[in-house]
Amino acid sequence: MIPAGWFFAVAAILFGLGVTAFFVRRDLPTQFLAVEIMLNAANLAFLALAKPASAAAAQTIVLFIITVAAAEAAVGLAVILVVFRRRKSVRSEDLRILKG
Amino acid sequence: MSLPLLTILWALPLAGAVLLIFLPKERRDILYGTALTFTGLVLALAIWLFIRFDGATAGPQFVERTAWLGGGVQYHVGIDGISLVLILLTAFLMPLAVLSSRNAVSSRLKEYLFFFLLLEAGIIGVFAALNLILFYVFWEVVLIPMAFLIGVWGGPRRVYAATKFVLVTMFGSLLMLAAILVLGRLSAEAGGAAAFDILELHRLAIPAGTQTWLFLAFAVAFAVKVPMIPLHTWLPDAHVEAPTAGSVLLAAVLLKMGAYGFLRLALPIFPDAAARFLPALAALAIAGILYGGCMALVQKDIKAMVAYSSVSHMGLIMLALFSSNIESVQGAVFQMLAHGLSTGLLFLLVGILYERAHTRSLADFGGVARVMPVFAAFFLVASLASLGLPGLSGFVGEFLCLYGIFGAHSIWAVLAVPTVILSAAYLLGALRRVMHGPVADDRVRGLRDMTWREIAVTAPIVVLILWLGLFPRTFLAKTEASVSAAIRLIEKRDRIFVRTSAPATEAARGEFEERRR
Amino acid sequence: MDASWLIPLAPGLSAFLLIIFGRSLSRRLVTWLACGSVAVAFSFSLLSALRLRAAAGSVPYPARILLSWIRAGDFRADISFRFDPLAAVMVLVVTGVGLLIHVYSTGYMAREKGYARYFAALNLFTFSMLILVLASNFILMFVGWEGVGLCSYLLIGFWFEKPAAAKAGMKAFLVNRIGDAGFLLGILVLLFAVGSAEFSAVDQAVSGGAIAKSTATLAALLLFAGATGKSAQIPLHVWLPDAMEGPTPVSALIHAATMVTAGVYMVARMNALYAFSGTAAGVVAAVGAFTAVFAATIALVQNDIKRILAYSTISQLGYMFLGCGVGAYAAGIFHLVTHAFFKSLLFLAAGSVMHALSGELDIRRMGGLRHRLPLTYTAFLIGTLAIAGIPLFSGFFSKDAILSAAYAGGHRLLWAAGLLGAVLTAFYMFRLVFLAFHGGERTTPEVRDRIHESPSSMTVPLLILSGLAAMAGWIGIPAVLGEKADLLRRFLAPVIPVIRTPHAGSSSEWFLILTATSAAGLGLGLAWLFYQRWPGLPARFAAWCPGLHKILLKSYGVDEIYQAVLVRPLVGASELTYRRFDLGLIDGAVNGAGAATRFAGRLAASLQTGRIKDYALGFLLGTTIFLAWILL
Repeated sequence: MIPAGWFFAVAAILFGLGVTAFFVRRDLPTQFLAVEIMLNAANLAFLALAKPASAAAAQTIVLFIITVAAAEAAVGLAVILVVFRRRKSVRSEDLRILKG
Repeated sequence: MSLPLLTILWALPLAGAVLLIFLPKERRDILYGTALTFTGLVLALAIWLFIRFDGATAGPQFVERTAWLGGGVQYHVGIDGISLVLILLTAFLMPLAVLSSRNAVSSRLKEYLFFFLLLEAGIIGVFAALNLILFYVFWEVVLIPMAFLIGVWGGPRRVYAATKFVLVTMFGSLLMLAAILVLGRLSAEAGGAAAFDILELHRLAIPAGTQTWLFLAFAVAFAVKVPMIPLHTWLPDAHVEAPTAGSVLLAAVLLKMGAYGFLRLALPIFPDAAARFLPALAALAIAGILYGGCMALVQKDIKAMVAYSSVSHMGLIMLALFSSNIESVQGAVFQMLAHGLSTGLLFLLVGILYERAHTRSLADFGGVARVMPVFAAFFLVASLASLGLPGLSGFVGEFLCLYGIFGAHSIWAVLAVPTVILSAAYLLGALRRVMHGPVADDRVRGLRDMTWREIAVTAPIVVLILWLGLFPRTFLAKTEASVSAAIRLIEKRDRIFVRTSAPATEAARGEFEERRR
Repeated sequence: MDASWLIPLAPGLSAFLLIIFGRSLSRRLVTWLACGSVAVAFSFSLLSALRLRAAAGSVPYPARILLSWIRAGDFRADISFRFDPLAAVMVLVVTGVGLLIHVYSTGYMAREKGYARYFAALNLFTFSMLILVLASNFILMFVGWEGVGLCSYLLIGFWFEKPAAAKAGMKAFLVNRIGDAGFLLGILVLLFAVGSAEFSAVDQAVSGGAIAKSTATLAALLLFAGATGKSAQIPLHVWLPDAMEGPTPVSALIHAATMVTAGVYMVARMNALYAFSGTAAGVVAAVGAFTAVFAATIALVQNDIKRILAYSTISQLGYMFLGCGVGAYAAGIFHLVTHAFFKSLLFLAAGSVMHALSGELDIRRMGGLRHRLPLTYTAFLIGTLAIAGIPLFSGFFSKDAILSAAYAGGHRLLWAAGLLGAVLTAFYMFRLVFLAFHGGERTTPEVRDRIHESPSSMTVPLLILSGLAAMAGWIGIPAVLGEKADLLRRFLAPVIPVIRTPHAGSSSEWFLILTATSAAGLGLGLAWLFYQRWPGLPARFAAWCPGLHKILLKSYGVDEIYQAVLVRPLVGASELTYRRFDLGLIDGAVNGAGAATRFAGRLAASLQTGRIKDYALGFLLGTTIFLAWILL
């Protein structure tokens, strides 16, 4: 039996990697991947917490997150694709039209 | 009585507005006809109500009451004498305002008439509502069409004026909304059965400290609308930019909503706070009388002059309300009618002049009476009614106001009396500069006199001005009982503490009515 | 049947018809409508007055309520009339002189474009004036009071295209409104002190001691403020000379015979109140005497024929107030009646002169007219003899009644002032006669060729008024000359108790008659010396004290003082307040609030960089802080 702490450690490392990747990389697809990694780190933490309590709710939530993430990935990638077609660039620094 | 007459009264113009949406927008005659028909129906119904209304009873009549929103908020409407005459004034001016727009409005006629009918529904609702939430809804409904009327069909600085109008009025009404919510809570804690019910709130005893804040919130909302100085600054801009018919309604009816609010809500619900702030409010009212008059004296635009004269006249009305005796409040209510008619007429006439000359600057005119004699006669009557010449409507109201004010605090009356000099100075001054003297230039020479349609729009007002001046009891008799009831509320003579285990509201109200008689 | 309440009906109806349909009616119809309605009113007045005389002594006179007008709480005002001897005298003057002037106007205004408009206003005036004098309470009196003011405004500004006329009309209305503000307050004071606005209630309160002396004084003085406005007394006299811009018949009717006497009527009507107060009566007398002399001095040097008559009217109104102030209310009314005759005669004759001279007003460009206009000259001379107080003419009796009352009441100073005024009056009136009608012709040639006597519609009223001006004094012969001769005073006795009128003994009465006559003679003689015997004398006098002459010519500069002290500061301060305070501060504050909101928005908007990473950093920081908050 692996102690819960290890799971948390892995989740934290994964989350840290995601954050670092998001801030270091400048192209949208990679940043998008980094967000997915953070998401899955959160999933891992959920499951690790749910295991000792054997709570069904947490596992349901994780299943939901996976489903939503899939849908979101489809929409997100489609948006990135459209942006690329319009602007010929996927560098996040170039997209600043929301500046107030 | 089976028909829900009051609901029909405010729903009629709304139905007309909805009907307008489905009409073809290029058929101007059909659009006009529809608007005229509906405003005419409202007028007919209002006259019917006026005749049927029993002036000897103080309580609200034609009452309708059903469940509406959750939490005990009821749809509760009913009118007493004060609401009655104001509704009649609205219904009377509305068809005339529509008629007067025939030449003035060229673009987007359909939307214009739509907003007009919506405005009428809102105004009637404000005067008929007996539930605070309902009152607030109608109060805000009035704001929107007016803002559009100014902002779309107004003069060159219309957007500025409309924005100012909306923001300043909204500022007041948001304060009022907050106070309304607190009041609802207080009334619920006291065990009131119907939430936000105005009649119940009239009997609610509120701790003095709470009263102060709530009263101030209400007072600001209404003072903006009246307007009392220093919250008057939106009025000249709104008037100058608004289209003629908009100005007419703004001056004749919308301003009265503020005074009505004081009389119906702010003073009777918070009598202790009102008593505390009365000297300050009276000082503001007196300042408004004199200040408005002096400002009107130096205006170069006729509409701005009339706008400041409204500030002055409304100051007298407010001072009379704050004097709260029967004569003064009767005078104030009557003066609301009289001012609505005379100022409405003045704005209509200025509009007629503007349609022809495309200027409202006093300096651009001279000798108009030579080329437009009929117009000059009408303008003279409007001015004389406004400056309170005996025999016309203005005198009765003004004299009753002064009488009541003198009875309450003679020094207030002494301070307010210069208004009779100031009003003559600015009105006759404007009259002299526009109408008299040699004909200014060829443009003035080319002005044509009033058409029959324009006479048809203005003559009914003149007739009513004369009627009010000669037979004021037609209206005074309808308001007397309601006014004395309102004064008893303000003076706390009818106030009873609402018991926590209140019986059915109807019973309480019946008991209340008993006491009033 | 008492038909007195019907008196105002015909002129009112006619005014209404003329206002609505006047433009489409023929001149003939307008003439008949206007003159006919006043004739009807006059016959009703005559009938009612005769009936009243027949029923003499049956006091009190009941008020007849025609319409319950205003009711609110304790306040009530009715449209109700009361026809008593005082009202009868006034009504007869208003309709009688009014009728003559209506007829005169049909000739004088025959070529005017606004013929119907003129008669509409004139009829409306007659209507309002009748309301004023018939009213049984203050509220209704105020209705008439303001109504005549309106008609005065309309008729002064009849030739509104002339800026001076339009301005004069407005000035008249505004100055009157200043007085009316006081009048209004006076009514309010009385209403609360007495509980009713009925004249009879006020009289009862005074006689029953229900009103404090200080309150009575306050009310009486406030009411008198209104009277100074309407009757052109100092300090509110400034509008009347300018009012001469109106057509001359209007000056005769409104600004000489009727409207301007409304103040005197009001004081006489309230004689119980003024007598009770004492102080107020003293103020009335002092203002009257001062005005009488003050205006007469101005009239000495004026050159405009109508302005001379206007200042003379102010001065004569001063006499009436002097009479009322010293307690001789009947004498005040007596002078009101005779003045109505001789002053309207003078104005109408002056109008006839203007008519003949193509509108010439300056007496320096007249002269020698007595040969060209014999009828007008005779009329003007009779008017002058009457106003100057030459014995046996009407003005002599009425002025003597006032002066003897002042003397008998122990007001020697006021009496002396009245006497001085009498000298001045005789002087300036005969100056006018000598300059305009005697001496060589100074008219311009083109005017001279067209001089003609007026049509009969104008001369007949002149003749009738000449007769009245000459003989109206016989209704008030002093008691020395016959016990029962004092007709008017005995007629008025039910309203104005004789006890209030001070009496002189018969020896001092003769002395007073003698002094008054010699005063008139002195004025006449001086005028003859100055303008007939040695025509160079006036110019030398003017050169001798140029300052005084200039001050008199400028009417003591009262207008200029008001402009500088009242009008300009008020308008200037308003202008400044409008720019600095209304637009600057209040509007600035509102717009400033808007601007501040916008600025705050812009400031906050700069946080919105549009860069995703900045937002993400914000998330991260926020989450970290939030977690730290929870965990630590």
